Amino acid sequence: MSFFSPIIYKSRDVFRFYFSVILTLFIFFFLSSYAYGLSIKNLSHPSGLNILFVERHNLPIVAINFLIKASPLNEDYEKAGVAYLTANMLREGTLNRTSAEIDESIEFIGASLEISVTRDYTTLSLSLLKKDLEQGFQVLADIIQRPSFPENEIKRKKELLKGMLKQKEEDPSYIVSKVFLKELFGNHSYGRATEGTIETLDRITRDDLVQFYIDYYLPNNSIMVVVGSIDETEISFLIDKYLKDWFKRTTTIVPKEKFIHQIYREIQSPEIKFIERDITQANIILGHRGISRDNPDYYDIVVMNYILGGGGFSSRLMKIIRDQMGLTYSIHSAFSANKYPAEFYIEVQTKHESADMVIREILRQMKKMVMENISEEEVEEAKAFLIGSFPRRFETIKKIADFLALVEFYQLGKDYIIKYPEYIKKVTQESVKSAAIKYLNPHNYIVVIAGKKDKINLSDIEKSEQLR
Amino acid sequence: MKKFVVFLIVFFLPSLCNAQDEVYLDNGLKVIFIEDNKSPIVTFQIWYKVGSRNEPLGKTGISHLLEHMMFKGTKNNPSKKFSNIIQKNGGIDNAFTTRDYTMYFQTLPSNKINLSIELEADRMRNLLLKKEDVESEKMVVMEERRLRYEDDPQSSLLEEVIATAIKFQPYRWPIIGWMSDISSITKEDLYEHYRKHYCPENSFIVISGDVKPKEVLPMLKENFGKIKPCNNKELLRQKFLQYELEQKGEKRVYLKKEAKLPYLLVAYHVPSFPQQDNYALEVLSVILSSGKSSRLYREIVYNQKLAVNVFADYYGLYLDPFLFFVGATAMPNVDIETLEKSIYSEIEKLKREPPTDREIQKAKNKIESSFIFSQDSNFSKGLYTGIFELHGDRRLINKYLEGIREVTKEDIKKVINKYFIDDNKTVGILIPVKKEGT
Repeated sequence: MSFFSPIIYKSRDVFRFYFSVILTLFIFFFLSSYAYGLSIKNLSHPSGLNILFVERHNLPIVAINFLIKASPLNEDYEKAGVAYLTANMLREGTLNRTSAEIDESIEFIGASLEISVTRDYTTLSLSLLKKDLEQGFQVLADIIQRPSFPENEIKRKKELLKGMLKQKEEDPSYIVSKVFLKELFGNHSYGRATEGTIETLDRITRDDLVQFYIDYYLPNNSIMVVVGSIDETEISFLIDKYLKDWFKRTTTIVPKEKFIHQIYREIQSPEIKFIERDITQANIILGHRGISRDNPDYYDIVVMNYILGGGGFSSRLMKIIRDQMGLTYSIHSAFSANKYPAEFYIEVQTKHESADMVIREILRQMKKMVMENISEEEVEEAKAFLIGSFPRRFETIKKIADFLALVEFYQLGKDYIIKYPEYIKKVTQESVKSAAIKYLNPHNYIVVIAGKKDKINLSDIEKSEQLR
Repeated sequence: MKKFVVFLIVFFLPSLCNAQDEVYLDNGLKVIFIEDNKSPIVTFQIWYKVGSRNEPLGKTGISHLLEHMMFKGTKNNPSKKFSNIIQKNGGIDNAFTTRDYTMYFQTLPSNKINLSIELEADRMRNLLLKKEDVESEKMVVMEERRLRYEDDPQSSLLEEVIATAIKFQPYRWPIIGWMSDISSITKEDLYEHYRKHYCPENSFIVISGDVKPKEVLPMLKENFGKIKPCNNKELLRQKFLQYELEQKGEKRVYLKKEAKLPYLLVAYHVPSFPQQDNYALEVLSVILSSGKSSRLYREIVYNQKLAVNVFADYYGLYLDPFLFFVGATAMPNVDIETLEKSIYSEIEKLKREPPTDREIQKAKNKIESSFIFSQDSNFSKGLYTGIFELHGDRRLINKYLEGIREVTKEDIKKVINKYFIDDNKTVGILIPVKKEGT
C-alpha cells in the first residue's frame, strides 16, 4: 500500500516584512490551555477588547469571529429590530466604501462575511484564504469602525426585511414558534423575532441606529476570536494597524440592557392556540418556561433533555412517536439556554388526524420523566454521547471560532474545553430525576397548533382542561 | 476611495487534498482512505450507487424508503438500535438519498471506527425488513413528504416544474417519491431493490479523518470481505446515461396554493459533468447569483427592488443531464410578470455582452475558496471524493478544477446562447391563494 505524501502549502507571508514594527505591541498572553489539539491563547488589550486565538496550519485559511454584546435585549419594544438593523447596516456603507464596494471587495477574494444577530449577542464572522487576510481584515475593520448608515440604504434594507418577514410567515413552523414565544414572553425581547416586526421597523430612524452603534459597538463590549493559519505577530499587526480608530472609543461605561424583569406570564393551566392554515399537517409546539445558560443544574438538564427528546433517534420521543407509532418524521425537545431564562419546547408535525394522539403521548412522556424511574443505562448512554461527541464541536476552523466566542460570552470558563467532560461525568441518575421534576411541567404549558382546525379533535385536552 | 490591488489567484488546489489511498477487497468493494489526524475523530461513509434514477415506474421513492429501513434492524442485530449504538459511543450517524446515490455515514471518536465497519457490513447483506416495520416507516415517510413538499409551496412548485420539464427520464420524479407510490411499496419490493443494488461491487467506502489504513484494513476484510458479490448484470445496464429528448418549445405551469408571496421558477435543460459545457455553466451560476455583488442580486433585489431573493442553481455533478434553475420570490406588491421579464432581461444582457474578466475571476475565486474550506471537514472531504468516485474515479476532482480554471468569456457566451433560450425552458409560477380564516 502506498500513500501520497501530503504537500504542505506554503502561504505567501505578507507579514514577514512588518516583523520589526510589532515592538510597539501591548499584547501579552496570560493563559494558554491545551486540549483536543487546541492551544487557546487569550490576549489582553488595553482597549478592553477580549481576544482569543488558536493557531492551526492544516489549511491556508483564517476565520475571525467578532462578537459584540449587543442584541434585542438592548432595544425598546416599540423599536424592535434596532439591534438587527444596526448590525446589518454595517456592511451597507462606511465613510470609505459604498455598500457595493464592500460586497465586491469581500466577494472578489472568495471570502465570506456573515452578520448574525441572536437573542443575546451579535456576531460578524469573516472567513477567508490566508493570502487575502489583510485585504479582508481592512474591510472588516472599516465596517466595525466607520459605518455611515446611509438613509437610502436604510430605506432599502427595511423594505427588503419587511418582504422577508412576510415570506417567513409562509412556513408553518415559523408561525407556531412565533406565536408560542409571544405567548410565553409577552413584550420581552425573547418573545419576538430579532428582525423586529413590520410595524416596529417603520418606527426606526437613522438616529436610532447611530445611537445604538455608539452605545454598544465598543472594544470593551466585544470579543474577537481568530483561528487558523496565522500567528500572534500577524494578529497584533492587523489589530494595531487597522483597528486603532476604534480603540479610541473605549469608555469606562458598561453598556446597559433594557431589561424587562417579569418576563414570564404565569401559566395556570394548559393553554391552546390555533392558527388556521390550509396545510396537510398539524404543526405543533408545546412548551413552557425554561432556563438560563448559567443555571446551576444546566448539565443535569442537558442529560435529561437528551433522554426525553434531545437525543435524536436515541430519545424517548423519537423512539415512541416516530419509530413505534409512525406518527411523525421528526420530533425533538430543547431548552434554549440563553443569557436569561428562555423556553423549553417540543416541536412536532403530524397529519391532522393524529394531532390529538401525538399531544397526549408527548404529555405522557413528560409525566413519565417526572414521575417514573429514569434508568441508569439511559443516563450513562446520554453522558457517553455528550462526552464522546464533544470534539466534533471544534472540528473545523470556523467551528472553533464560533465555539470559543460563545464560551467567552457565556463565561463558561477559560478551561471549559478541559472541564466539560467532568461536568457531564458529575451528572447522576438522581440529579437527572431532580432536573425532570424541577424543570418539566406536564400540567401547565402552552400548545400552539397551525393547521386545519376542523380536522383536529383535541377532545381529551379540551374536556379536562380549560381552553383559552 | 480605497483601491484594491487585484490579486492574480495562483491555483494550488490539488496540493491541499490530504493523503489519499484506495484498496479493493476481493469482492469488488473499494475503500478510499483520506487521512487527516488533526482531531481524534473519523467519518465513515458508505456509498451505494442507487438513487431515485434507478427506480421502476410505480415504485418511486423506493430507494429513499429503503434508506429508512436500513435503520430497522438486521437478522444478527434485530433491535432497531443502529443509531443508539453509534450515539452511546460518542458518534452521530445519518443517511441520505439523492437522485444518483444513497450514502450512510457515521462520525465517531477515531478509536470507535470498528463499530461503523461491523454495523455497516452487517446491514449491507442481512437486513430484516419486517412487514410491520415497513408499514410504520411508510407512514413516517408520508409525514416527511407532507412536511417537505405538500406544505411548502415553493417546494411544491419545484416538483411541478421538474415533472413538466422532463418527460420520461427518471429525474422526473421526486427523490421522496409520489404519495401513492410510497403507499403501494411492499416488503417484497423493498427486498428486491435491496438485493439488486446493495452489493459490494455497487458500493464504495470513504473513511476520512483520523484513520490508520493499515490498522483498519484487516477489520474491513473481516467484515465486508466475506460478503459475496451479487454479479448482477442489470446493474451494468443502469450505468448508461439516459438522455431526455430535446425540448421543442417553452412550457409553463401554474400552481395555486396558500402562500404569502408569488414565486417564479424557471428551468433550462443543461448537461452535467464531464461534458465540456458543465464548467462554464458552473461559473455562470456563480456570476448570476452568488453573493450580493452577483448580477441577479444586484439588479433584481438591490436596484429594482423586485424580489425578496433571487437565485441561480446549477448542480453540475449529476450522472445524467438535469436542469439549470433560476428563481425569485417577488416583493409584496410586485407582480410576477414584471419580475419574470426583468430576470430574462438580465440573461439577454449576458448574451449581448459577456461578463467581465473580473466577474469571471471572482466566480473562480469563489469556487476555489469554497473547495478549500470544504477540506477542513472530514465529512465534506469524503463527500467531494465520493461524488467524483461515483463518476468513475475520485481523481476526476483534478479534471473538474482544471476545467473551472480554463473557463473563458467565450465559453460563457456560448453556453448562455445555447441553453438559455425560450424553447429550452420551463416556467413555473406560484400564485398565492388565500383561504378563509387566514
